[in-house]
Amino acid sequence: MAEFKLPANSIVGKGKHFSAPAGAKNIKTFIIYRYNPETDKHPSTDRYEIDMDNCGPMVLDALLKIKNEIDASVAFRRSCREGICGSCSMNIDGGNTLACTKPIAEIEGDVSIYPLPHQPVVKDLVSDLSNFYAQHASVEPWMKTTAPVSPDKERLQSKQDRDKLDGLYECILCACCSTSCPSYWWNSDRYLGPAALLNAYRWINDSRDEATGERLDELEDPFKLYRCHTIMNCTEACPKGLNPAKSIAEIKRLMIKRKM
Amino acid sequence: MNDLRSPLAKVKGLGVSPDASHHFWLQRLTALALIPLTLWFCFSIALLPEASYAHVVTWLSSPFNAVMMILIVIISFQHAHLGLQVIIEDYIADYRYRLGTILTVKFISYFMMALGVYSILKISFGGV
Repeated sequence: MAEFKLPANSIVGKGKHFSAPAGAKNIKTFIIYRYNPETDKHPSTDRYEIDMDNCGPMVLDALLKIKNEIDASVAFRRSCREGICGSCSMNIDGGNTLACTKPIAEIEGDVSIYPLPHQPVVKDLVSDLSNFYAQHASVEPWMKTTAPVSPDKERLQSKQDRDKLDGLYECILCACCSTSCPSYWWNSDRYLGPAALLNAYRWINDSRDEATGERLDELEDPFKLYRCHTIMNCTEACPKGLNPAKSIAEIKRLMIKRKM
Repeated sequence: MNDLRSPLAKVKGLGVSPDASHHFWLQRLTALALIPLTLWFCFSIALLPEASYAHVVTWLSSPFNAVMMILIVIISFQHAHLGLQVIIEDYIADYRYRLGTILTVKFISYFMMALGVYSILKISFGGV
């Protein structure tokens, strides 16, 4: 939903400053968005100086160091610390990515860390992804079949057909793509967004699935699918190197193909 | 009032509106058609010996030129209102404003189409 005028309490102020320990030589400053919707306070950005000689290489290492040693009140999600769970997605240095796979060394100057854009903030770097998960559920991301197969047989797939799922099945639902998309910012109540559409295409493109037509029917909508204007932020943002924009283009191509 | 519907119910909303791919197809079709039409228009105008009133009227009196001009007018305005509708749907969130703006754009577009076609025919037949 396009909102050109920001609500009054969205103006971000300056917060606390935490200096590096005395004697630290290799200092990097982390600017972290802080907000607690349960208080009346405006959001603010706290500045944390970190001694990089005593910190791991990734942004998540610095966040954990801050939480463990400097300020335990900073809230963020994390789990696997190796880019497979998708929990620590956030906006780092102006781009959506996973804190655990983003090297601090890639960032020049101060490291600014914000929650994923244009989502409700639960606290600090934790955004509410209920709508995002519901969109994923709405594309019914499981195999649908009607043809009976003997219970002691597998549903066979050729190697070539299996190869068509590469670049699709690897999505970890971190929401970096969808929340980087301007179309999703303005219309996320109706536009499914790149992640859900990539997952829809993963099943449309699966040779074993028997609901391809129904899946296309469910997407043939000016908002669910056609809000994509090939902006490509999704592909730029994806920390797994996937190409949701291409999947969406393929769905649009199939929509025309079945007309002709 | 709190909206107590589940996130999935909100996402599913009113379901799908299946003429969407027709809109998409028509927008591409008109875009494609405008490439040769625009090129023809630019070259034809550039090749006029002089841009005087009499020369342009004579040029437009040719049936081929008049038909091509009518196609340009109709297809341009159709492409324009299809494209504007997408922009309006992107940026105007409120349903009433969205509907009102789309209706206004479409009515203006159809009026301009009719006006353009009428003008071309009048010059072509009457040579005013």
